[in-house]
Amino acid sequence: MDRRKFLRGFLLAPLAAFAAGEVTVIRNAKILTVTKGSFDGSILIRDGKIAEVGPTVTAPADARIIDAGGQYVMPGIIDCHSHIGTEAVNEGTVTVSSMTGIEDTVDPEAIGIYRALAGGVTTANILHGSANAIGGKNVVIKMRWGKGAPEILLEGATPGIKFALGENPKRRGGGDSGLGGRLRYPATRMGVEDVIREAFTDARAYKAAWDDYRTRAAKGERLIAPRRDLKLEPLVEVLEGKRHVHAHCYRADEILMLLRVADEFGFKIRTLQHVLEGYKVAKEIKEHGAGASTFSDWWSYKMEAFDAIPYNAALMHKKGVLVSLNSDDAEMMRHLNQEAAKTIRYGGLTDVEALALITINPARQLAIDNRVGSIEAGKDADLVIYDKHPLSNYAKVQKVFIDGEMYFDRDKDMSERAVKAARRRQLTEKQKAAAAPARPAGGGRRPQ
Amino acid sequence: MRVLGLLVAVAAFAADDSFVLRNVTIHPVTSASIPNGTLVVTDGKIAAFGARVAAPKSAKVIDGKGQHVYPGLIDSASNIGMAEVSSVRETSDLVELGDFNPQLRAVVAINPSSDHIPVTRGNGITTSLIYPGGGIIGGQAALVHLDGWTWEEMAIERNVTMQMRMPTLTTGTFSSTFGAGRRPFAETKRRYEERLKLLSDFFEQARAYQRRKAAGGAGFVLDRRLDAMLPILEGKASLMIFAPRERAVKDALAFGAKENVKIVLAGVREAGAAVKEIAEKRIPVILGETLELPLEEDSPYDSAFTLPAELHKAGVTFAFGTFSVQFARNLPFQAANAVAFGLPYEEALRAVTINAAKIWGVDSRIGSIEAGKWADLILTDGDPLEARSQVKQMWIQGRPVSLETRHTKLYDQFGKRPN
Repeated sequence: MDRRKFLRGFLLAPLAAFAAGEVTVIRNAKILTVTKGSFDGSILIRDGKIAEVGPTVTAPADARIIDAGGQYVMPGIIDCHSHIGTEAVNEGTVTVSSMTGIEDTVDPEAIGIYRALAGGVTTANILHGSANAIGGKNVVIKMRWGKGAPEILLEGATPGIKFALGENPKRRGGGDSGLGGRLRYPATRMGVEDVIREAFTDARAYKAAWDDYRTRAAKGERLIAPRRDLKLEPLVEVLEGKRHVHAHCYRADEILMLLRVADEFGFKIRTLQHVLEGYKVAKEIKEHGAGASTFSDWWSYKMEAFDAIPYNAALMHKKGVLVSLNSDDAEMMRHLNQEAAKTIRYGGLTDVEALALITINPARQLAIDNRVGSIEAGKDADLVIYDKHPLSNYAKVQKVFIDGEMYFDRDKDMSERAVKAARRRQLTEKQKAAAAPARPAGGGRRPQ
Repeated sequence: MRVLGLLVAVAAFAADDSFVLRNVTIHPVTSASIPNGTLVVTDGKIAAFGARVAAPKSAKVIDGKGQHVYPGLIDSASNIGMAEVSSVRETSDLVELGDFNPQLRAVVAINPSSDHIPVTRGNGITTSLIYPGGGIIGGQAALVHLDGWTWEEMAIERNVTMQMRMPTLTTGTFSSTFGAGRRPFAETKRRYEERLKLLSDFFEQARAYQRRKAAGGAGFVLDRRLDAMLPILEGKASLMIFAPRERAVKDALAFGAKENVKIVLAGVREAGAAVKEIAEKRIPVILGETLELPLEEDSPYDSAFTLPAELHKAGVTFAFGTFSVQFARNLPFQAANAVAFGLPYEEALRAVTINAAKIWGVDSRIGSIEAGKWADLILTDGDPLEARSQVKQMWIQGRPVSLETRHTKLYDQFGKRPN
């Protein structure tokens, strides 16, 4: 058994498998519901759902009790932009890669999932990269560490697709394209618009061909179906409102361009991702109805990020845009609560508004707010216990529940460290003795 | 006029920029906090502070409104002013060609008009150690105030330490085309040994030069590159050695001992068994970003978060550095995160104030609120290490410094756009 297999076995052992019908009560907690106020009380969990929440709850005598010891409980954090657990992020050789899907690359055993849990994240939008004007399909996952690939997908989440504007998709059109000296269209923001417009012109024609075929076939006509096009099918779903568009963007001009192209073709941009100059066109974003998912304070790492301001989230929120904060980074994902706290410094949001940026707002953006994003009866019991107020930089995650199951417990993590370290040493020695080749380390930072 | 007559001695002492900060909680860092205190600044220096202090009547009075005053924060490693947009080469002066450039001076490449300077100041940072990158010996780092019309005015110490990067055994590679990759171990090891040899040879050359210079004589020719090494060889200046991993830390300690030079370890991400030696030899450490991923897939998830507490328990003196341009403003949050994971709060605050000043040999001038020190001060509505607090005012050498930034300006400008 190699070191990695051993660790998987160790870490992946479920912490608390709950039988159906079992009831858990988290009591003695400072509850931050995000949508229904904050108070001292209890949460009753039945069948993985929040059954009751309030200053007191009616618990059956045999309920499993978790005493929060006066600590804080908030909804599980939702990261609207992440690439953890993916074996591949970008299919960068083509301009439109809508035929690809992140679902095919998700590794449920990636350590990034456990680390995200340890940072209070329970749900994430796992996106394709930004090398193409129209990129691949995304998936929404829950950090059900220890479960298989099908089980970590959030069942019933609306499918989506990544778009990308600006420097990233045009990078391969000039300089060191990364394509062995060859250049790939587009090289400018004009070209990016053209690629999107062309793709949707094709998609519209493709949809018309299928609509026509279906109408005539339904009338009993015998005819040959149009040839399937796996690149255009997801775009037809976009036109039909069945697939969400998550568009990577930076500058105000390109944001406006995309909104207008979408308006013209009659579809909605579900979320603008990064959207660092969103504050300049908040009015237009609000009118279109797009959500905005941004960084707390990243700026100046590239030219199109030079007008990025840490007030972006607060300013867009004040102008009526539905805003969330995301990480796009396996490390920052682990302290999105601290990132949310920055919107109090930069822009004067209230505690509840700040917490909403990483809970209910991203849930609404992903249309999963019927399931997650706040502590309300009927929602999934995705909860995080912090030792201090989660907007304090001194707070750390103690326990994390998803569907009522405990997936992270800091006490357990700490108590197992000595055993793991000893086993690790043993296996390292064994590996050295066998002179096995080094294994690549995982979980590194990704480029934007 | 009558007042002047009464306060002849004080008035002579009090220049126009004197001020009195009243009704504030004073956090001197090197002594206990004083609630509802008064602080007097004259000639850019802290003249007095306490619960009850006599203030010159000519001085301007600022009511702190129950807020807090702290010494300005110190970032012990950053690159602000040397690069503006990190991915645009034309805006970056960080990395020079060549492996050994001890003669290079970071101070001359600090752009006093960089937008990063006010942005960093906005979070309470008044002083930064700015180092050059590249090669094995990158050049001379400068300790500067984040205010000044020119780099000369900004400089506290133009040559505070020499930046050096310990050759490492890193097999990981990264390219924009192929992403993360691995170099074969044998090749990595050969490259590592070659670079260690280059380093050793360079020091040998420098010592030979030192002897030639001491001997003098007609044949002596000035070599600016080797000449820049003399303060290091003479123990008058330190080498700030970047050593991220335990092996590099051990190599750096061995190197420092072998060459008999003063070292400061920097960018340390794990200390492991070397922590004892670091403590015993009293080698200062500049900790890198604490908000980092663990180095190994199977390391504890919080290994980067707990490193400061680990060093503190072992008795190591350390300060925090951001090693960054765009994240330099997050220095206080880096310190706070270490507190969440076991570092006592007072030590976190010391690591961004007095301990940093001591490590860089400027603690007689900055790093705490003490009479006679420069008035590098921040006025806050709460704990400056918490993101939720606000920095309300700042003074550097007693001068009020604007907290307006590129970001506040854009915020104001676009906040006014009609709906």
